[in-house]
Amino acid sequence: MTATTSAPRRRGGLGTKAVLPWLFLAPGLLLALVFKFLPMGKGIWLSFFDVRPFLGDQWVGLDNYTRVLTDHRFQDAIGHTLVLGVGQSLGAIVVGFFLALLLEGQARSLKIMRTAVFLPVVTATAVVGELWRLMYYPTSDGLVNSALGFLGLGPTPFLDNPDTALWATMVMGIWMVAPYNMVIILAGLAGVDRTLYEAAAMDGVSLWQRLRHVTLPAIRPAIGIVLTLAAIRGLRVFTEVYVLTGGGPAGSTEVWMTRAYTLGFTRNDIGGASAASVVLLAVTLLLTVTVNHFRKRGDVR
Amino acid sequence: MSAPALDPVRAPSDEVSATPSRRAGKQTRTTPARFDTALGWNDRPGVSRALRILLCATALGIFAAPFLTIVSGALSTHPSGSSLSFLPHDSTLLNFRVAGERGIWDYFTNSLVIAGGGLLLQLVVCVLAAYALARHRFRGQAIVMTLFMLTMMLPEEVIAIPLSLVLGHVPVVGIDLKGTVWGVILPLGAWGFSVMLLTEFMKDIPSEIEEAARLDGVGELRMLWQIVLPLCKPALGVAGVLGFIMIWDQYLLPLIAAKDPTDYTVTVALSILRTDPEVGSGVVLAGAVIALLPSLVVYLLLQRSLVTGIAAGATKG
Repeated sequence: MTATTSAPRRRGGLGTKAVLPWLFLAPGLLLALVFKFLPMGKGIWLSFFDVRPFLGDQWVGLDNYTRVLTDHRFQDAIGHTLVLGVGQSLGAIVVGFFLALLLEGQARSLKIMRTAVFLPVVTATAVVGELWRLMYYPTSDGLVNSALGFLGLGPTPFLDNPDTALWATMVMGIWMVAPYNMVIILAGLAGVDRTLYEAAAMDGVSLWQRLRHVTLPAIRPAIGIVLTLAAIRGLRVFTEVYVLTGGGPAGSTEVWMTRAYTLGFTRNDIGGASAASVVLLAVTLLLTVTVNHFRKRGDVR
Repeated sequence: MSAPALDPVRAPSDEVSATPSRRAGKQTRTTPARFDTALGWNDRPGVSRALRILLCATALGIFAAPFLTIVSGALSTHPSGSSLSFLPHDSTLLNFRVAGERGIWDYFTNSLVIAGGGLLLQLVVCVLAAYALARHRFRGQAIVMTLFMLTMMLPEEVIAIPLSLVLGHVPVVGIDLKGTVWGVILPLGAWGFSVMLLTEFMKDIPSEIEEAARLDGVGELRMLWQIVLPLCKPALGVAGVLGFIMIWDQYLLPLIAAKDPTDYTVTVALSILRTDPEVGSGVVLAGAVIALLPSLVVYLLLQRSLVTGIAAGATKG
């Protein structure tokens, strides 16, 4: 807000003309300031305190950080976040890539297919969670289990078994994100020079070689974007896990954010939860910057 | 499509290959070209086509068919996980009635108010900011741009705990937004994605149009409302659809902004239905159908702008 008043003066003489853009920007900047940057600053600030309502906060330095990072439940949660994030990102890219290859084309039927396949992306995460809870119904007549029954596999209590719950969550995540990746990869595929395919065919190149040496390099920028988005999304995963398993059973699906949420809202350990969030924020920003750096270098080459 | 079709024009200069390549050119026009897709799918009946249909059916079965189970479950009398299928058993609307008795329509109204108000606020705020960023030059422009980009990189999840404190006591004015729709609507106002998207789009409007209008003495607000906005309709559509879906998908924000469960949105309220021991999964699914419908309608009506938006957002990224 200080910039709002000081900027026009610095320009001097221009008066209303220089104030004007700031009038247009004011609502957006104000809302971003109050509801984004202020909470961010407050979160960083609180992470150094033992927050005690009515008693006054007490400065504890880095205690919250060491406490959170050495807590084995939190370490487990960070491990789950990484497994879930990496597995989900890679899975959704592979599935999205195959979907894009399958549904590439101009035919009307293909456009309808793409519309239908994209449904999981526009559906609210909470609804997807409810849907998958029922699909994962633990008895042999649950949807997924009855499909597995056809293949001669016994019913699995996916979400109730600590060994399978994280993988079950990952599959749902892939299902939700793969069609989104498909659209981005399709946009990349549309930009591939068709004459290259023709040239490759004339050189008698196999389909696999064509995919590897023509298609993949051409859509590398699209893959880069998809990877960045997926990595950031994977780190902050909350709603899926919260709705599907609530972190259970036995903490086997507890992730970074569900753990921070429990700390902050159920245990009222606001300092610890803030420290966890700040670490996550730092990792997210670091990741964004790193990936952007490599993407730019890749573009130059 | 256009690249192979251009070939025959170039080909005649090369005497040897002239005839076959002209024939190839004709083929591309009558039947879809072999080189249209990365995998070279072929539309003529044969193994390739059969395989593609089979794979498409599998993809539909995995990604779209589960939605039928929501609807059929919601319409079934006793859908435990066991009787879930693609067609309802003994169709009934009872589940919707029970869901109604549990207040699902109140939650739904909360959602609609928040989605409507939030989207309106978001569009107004983002259009104003984008207009300043795209059509004006001023000191600090780069910093403002970076700030809006940062709002994109700052996930709600990460700031949830301090945000809930801020919502309980907004600084300076000191009001408590918790338990009001404003607690959800206001934090949705500044959305970096829409600002970026609209800014990029507004930059492409030729300055001649603006200069001509200025000569006619058009003021700043009229310029935005009557000249820039009508030219921005495609971008507004994209921002609108993506904004609606983003707002409808909110979970954590309505959860922390609520004072008690009656403030929940319909998506959050599904968890109340689920943990209610007196209602069966049919009622939860009825709630899921109700929570699903608005985003489905918006998507089906405006899917074209959604898909172009994702592609545009990705390449700008």
